[in-house]
Amino acid sequence: MSTLLEVTDAHVSYGKVEAVRSVSLTVAENEIVTIIGANGAGKTTLLSAIMGVFPLKGRVSFLGEDLARYEIEDRVARGLCLVPEHRELFASMNVEDNLQLGAFRMSKAHATRGFEHVYTLFPKLKERRKQLAGTLSGGEQQMLAMGRALMGAPKMLMLDEPSLGLAPIIVAGIFEIVAKLRQEGVSVLLVEQNAKAALNVADRAYVMELGEFVLNGKAADIATDPRVAASYLGFAEVAAS
Amino acid sequence: MNTTILLFLLQDGITNGAIYALLGLALVLVFAVTRVILIPQGEFVTYGALTYASLAAGRTPGTAKLAVVIGLVAFAFDLYAMRKTLHMPKILRAFGLNVAFPVVVMLATMWAADQRMPAGVSLVLSLLIVASIGLSLYRIVFQPLAHTSVLVLLIASVGVHLALQGLGLLFFGAEGQRGPTLLTASATLGSLRFTGQGMAVYGITVAFIVGLWLFFGLTLYGKALRATAVNRLGARLVGIRTTLSGQIAFLLASTIGALSGILIVPITTLYYDTGFLIGLKGFIAAIIGGLISYPLTAVAALVVGIVEAFSSFYASNFKEVIVFTLLIPVLLLRSLAAPAVEEEKD
Repeated sequence: MSTLLEVTDAHVSYGKVEAVRSVSLTVAENEIVTIIGANGAGKTTLLSAIMGVFPLKGRVSFLGEDLARYEIEDRVARGLCLVPEHRELFASMNVEDNLQLGAFRMSKAHATRGFEHVYTLFPKLKERRKQLAGTLSGGEQQMLAMGRALMGAPKMLMLDEPSLGLAPIIVAGIFEIVAKLRQEGVSVLLVEQNAKAALNVADRAYVMELGEFVLNGKAADIATDPRVAASYLGFAEVAAS
Repeated sequence: MNTTILLFLLQDGITNGAIYALLGLALVLVFAVTRVILIPQGEFVTYGALTYASLAAGRTPGTAKLAVVIGLVAFAFDLYAMRKTLHMPKILRAFGLNVAFPVVVMLATMWAADQRMPAGVSLVLSLLIVASIGLSLYRIVFQPLAHTSVLVLLIASVGVHLALQGLGLLFFGAEGQRGPTLLTASATLGSLRFTGQGMAVYGITVAFIVGLWLFFGLTLYGKALRATAVNRLGARLVGIRTTLSGQIAFLLASTIGALSGILIVPITTLYYDTGFLIGLKGFIAAIIGGLISYPLTAVAALVVGIVEAFSSFYASNFKEVIVFTLLIPVLLLRSLAAPAVEEEKD
């Protein structure tokens, strides 16, 4: 598997506060990688900085190309896509328009195929296609945010807390889609507080604490690591025994 | 007051209101997309009107040369921004838009000024000149400031207004000018007489508003512009460049401003600084619309036009005072209805 995304020694600061310190990670083609960690560990900051929303010190390369001089839009054009924590939908526009804008850079034929693809993955969006994005339920908004990202035919999708505030049954559906995307050749970098679900679906995992990676390895190994079990999976007793 | 006067005043108010509506819509559009409160909108009105009047009088307007000069500056800005990634197609595109386009328009203007072309040709050339100025202004002044606060953008906007007004005096002199009418035909309906120019104002305004509505509702670029207005980060995340949206917004605003000027210059004498006052009335409509709502802005603009017509009949000395006083109750209501919010960071 060749490397798709490679982040080397990344630092991200808000003024004097360093939110991300010396972080390195890789995501290969057809791989699902997750970053787990507590609220405020710097996960969202890291993803946003990889996308170019915040300046980042260090090196980010995608498909072997250094991204430093590229703006967000250029990174999108190269196949990197972020579904942010707050989804950033076009609330006063309908579902169809949101999706159409997801394919802004693509040809008409691509957009048509994209619509079919997204409506197959999320049939609910097809039912709601004339509804304003702002009036959708939380789960539907998450689907729309993912659908909009997929319309641009990304090579890699970065999902920031896709399960945040959603009912368990909807979360399960979203993670099923994540697994399905890998089969379609889309790599996923997943940031989650719901560590159990994330580790279940991912190939590899990084554990982030206070802006640094403290642990990384195969998702299955991380899931059984006593420290992770104690801190993130709620198995304190198991770990202690 | 008898019905005839009432109808006359209404007619006059609606004609002016239609122009304010166009200007108000442009202000809302530019603010929503770029967060710039476009004070120089009034100068686009003056430049459009006086360029058109100069052309009709057989003079080459200074604005054509201004378009070329600031186009060259904009091209230099583009080259500097592209210095690390110099691709020939990108350079050619920037050259075409910033240099070749205004130069061609200037040559056409010089030629047309000698030929005494029909009003339609002068109208198109004037629109092209002002549109080109609008585009370059965005590139030189507002694009580099795109990430700053609304206040910084407003200060820059005031600066541009003062500079353009000064240049207006240089180009057109201190005397007022009038332009030829677009339509000479007229019609009477009861006691009301509809002049050709009045009908041109209604027709073009309605056509433009319908055109804008179709552009925003149906085309991908129109939707992209709306998307940028609704959620700037979201738009960038799907690959819509803020720069592109800003360019389209300024292109539309400068064209709308110039068009408004061309529509009124056959009706009223315009001076190099009249545009500011006209722009301000569009601004009142935009404020009543909360700088967000297009329909509310259009309706408010008609109200502003009608109030202006009636106050110029009853108390012409206080005409402007009455119109601008409209703002006070609106602002009071708005401040009561909406809690104070801190300016958003992005």
